[in-house]
Amino acid sequence: MSDIGASQFYSAFWDYYIAIITIVSVVGCAVFLWLQSRRTVKAQINARGEIQTTGHVWDGDLQEYHNPMPRWWIWLFYITVLFSIVYLILYPGLGTQWQGVLKWTQVGQYQGEVKAADAKFGPIFAAYAAQPIEQVAGDARAKQMGERIFLNNCAQCHGSDARGSRGFPNLADGDWLYGGAPATIVATLTEGRNGVMPPMGAAIGGRADVEDVANYVLSLSDSAHDSVKAVRGKAKFDTVCAACHGADAKGNPALGAPNLTDKVWLYGGSAATISETINGGRNNVMPSFKNILTGPEIHLVAAYVWSLSNSGKSSGATPAATPAK
Amino acid sequence: MDNAVEVKRAPSAPVGVTKAALQAEPREIELQLYAKREEIYPRQRIGDSLGFFQKWRWAAVWATQIVFYGLPWLQWNGRQALLFDLAARKFYIFGMVMWPQDIIYLTAILIIAALTLFLFTAIGGRLWCGYACPQTVYTEIFLWIERHIEGDRAKRMRLDKEPLSARKLALKTFKHGAWIAVALWTGFTFVGYFTPIRGLAVEVATFAAGGWSLFWILFYGFATYGNAGWMREQVCKYMCPYARFQSAMFDPDTLIVTYDRERGEPRGAGSKKTTRPEQGLGDCVECKLCVQVCPTGIDIRNGLQYECIGCAECIDACNYVMGKAGMPKGLIRYSTERALTEHYAAKGIWGHVLRPRVLVYAAILLAVTAALFVAVAVRVPLKVDVIRDRGALAREAEDGRIENTYRLQVMNTAERGQAFGITASGLPGLELASEPTFDLPGATTRSVLVRLRARPEDIPPGSSKVVIGVKSLDDPGVAVEEKTVFLGLKR
Repeated sequence: MSDIGASQFYSAFWDYYIAIITIVSVVGCAVFLWLQSRRTVKAQINARGEIQTTGHVWDGDLQEYHNPMPRWWIWLFYITVLFSIVYLILYPGLGTQWQGVLKWTQVGQYQGEVKAADAKFGPIFAAYAAQPIEQVAGDARAKQMGERIFLNNCAQCHGSDARGSRGFPNLADGDWLYGGAPATIVATLTEGRNGVMPPMGAAIGGRADVEDVANYVLSLSDSAHDSVKAVRGKAKFDTVCAACHGADAKGNPALGAPNLTDKVWLYGGSAATISETINGGRNNVMPSFKNILTGPEIHLVAAYVWSLSNSGKSSGATPAATPAK
Repeated sequence: MDNAVEVKRAPSAPVGVTKAALQAEPREIELQLYAKREEIYPRQRIGDSLGFFQKWRWAAVWATQIVFYGLPWLQWNGRQALLFDLAARKFYIFGMVMWPQDIIYLTAILIIAALTLFLFTAIGGRLWCGYACPQTVYTEIFLWIERHIEGDRAKRMRLDKEPLSARKLALKTFKHGAWIAVALWTGFTFVGYFTPIRGLAVEVATFAAGGWSLFWILFYGFATYGNAGWMREQVCKYMCPYARFQSAMFDPDTLIVTYDRERGEPRGAGSKKTTRPEQGLGDCVECKLCVQVCPTGIDIRNGLQYECIGCAECIDACNYVMGKAGMPKGLIRYSTERALTEHYAAKGIWGHVLRPRVLVYAAILLAVTAALFVAVAVRVPLKVDVIRDRGALAREAEDGRIENTYRLQVMNTAERGQAFGITASGLPGLELASEPTFDLPGATTRSVLVRLRARPEDIPPGSSKVVIGVKSLDDPGVAVEEKTVFLGLKR
């Protein structure tokens, strides 16, 4: 009994129902053909000895001439009957009770195709997986393969140019939350990341205090800020924020705490947005891909991502803006 | 069974006066629904030279076959001039490369083919069947081979009745060998349209051809051999849908191969002692040559029949006999149903050619043909699809401007590599932030990344229409513009 046999919605009756209808149809066709090949019709012959009609009249005046098919034609029909018998012996066409001599299944065919594809592409992946990522990143074909994997799995969040958008890091700017070494990128892809900035509004104080800290943070990267507020905010930053972002505010890759002294902003670089981040915190997830991509695939996509900020030659990595015509 | 066959042949027995037939009583007989096929032995030569329409038929054979066998060998710019590369999904037609996106042109070509069939059938009856259809053309070639090996009708009939002898075996082997050679060459040529024929020729010559090429060569070879050697008129009578639906284009003014019953009847060999009118005879001398030459085995004197493929062999045969008998030609001729009943001369037939059916077919045919030529003439060998990033709507760039990302799927459908430039317009201050140019080899496709930037204050709320243009730097005529949208960030 197959798996569906256990289902309460399934009865073995339908197996027999289908099998009997199929067999009766096939045998019926053969019998009908045999009868037709032996059947005769009465035809009218006129005074000149010519065959007129078969004598059938429909609709009052439609008559049938006698135009017999060539005899070999009926063998074509017998061949189709023979074909269906052979087919039903080889394939599971008679309900689930008969699996067919070939034991063919859809799942089996799919698995066979996957196996064939693995056998074909496996060696290509394996060859790159054995090379260090820096070397793979220099290989044009490997980069194409990596880009293809990236477009199918990563571009949904990071964009097809890997430059991200609000809440999704830019992977092409050389700035990394957790570090940009090849091994780190592989670790990020394999295990995923969960970046947490806790809500710090209460720890810092009131609304004005948060605004002071936000302006101090902006001053760290020489962004537009209110210098009076920034001076006031420094003390709070050193006691509260420096724990993660460091006394020099250069961040901590071990925690995923961002560098606040550059102009790279994940959620936006205005004072209001920074205040919002401090007050409400942020929680961001990079999912783990170990169950989605294979090791060699992760290796290739890591090489592609690494190449974006390290080769300088890859497409889309040239930041120079050119005026459009 | 035997009884049925015997009676089935009755229509080709004299329709005129025979005493025995007149005495027969109308009666009923038992017939089977399937009958054994009777071999047809069309007589091919009457007299020393080809008849008028036979010459036209042979001209059609030469014209179609020189094109068919010759075209794949033609070279164009270092490649096969006509190559339908199914695996790469590219059709090379002389200077053009057709991509799957150009399937609309194939549609137009098929419509033109259909309408041409309609038009010619409405005017001239089954001209296609009689002169140009591969089934007719290859049967003609195979019959020619048969005649040169086994002889014409009478000799072939005698040979088939003989018991098997060394001579018969040799003749049959030789004939089938020759047929198979032609058939295999045909199959090889056909496959040569889909896989480069010069390479294929080397493979075949060295017995290295295999896989699908070999399968299709054998398949089409077998189809040619079977259809032209064995099936012949049965394809037209039992299998071909065109044979049947062409009658839908017929009307009383359509040219058909007809027997002039009024002039011919009553038929009979007659005697040379007195004139035929004095013996009460029409012009038909009952030589039955029109039946002997018919490739579908019918008697045209029974009127228009669905088996008639309009090959006009019977016209040539009858004209020859009329010439010998000193009677005017045209007892069997191309005429129309109306011309026969109304007794038109040739002028009357011509006067009925331009009728609404013909004019409508011709007008549609002209329109579609003109549309195809215009479409091919203005076709730009460059295709661009703009695919906007779906996940990332918009982002703030490091300079504070808003950036949108697009991927262009660019196909250079020309055969030479070109450099292309990208432009963008539609918003004030819209700028290209990615590479402004890219190279693309001939007949390839590539995904090109495009980033557009605009200042936040220039972007109206919601989405804005922008246009991305791709233009060849070598040939300004090769340019395509595609519309897309640019999204701002909510402030």
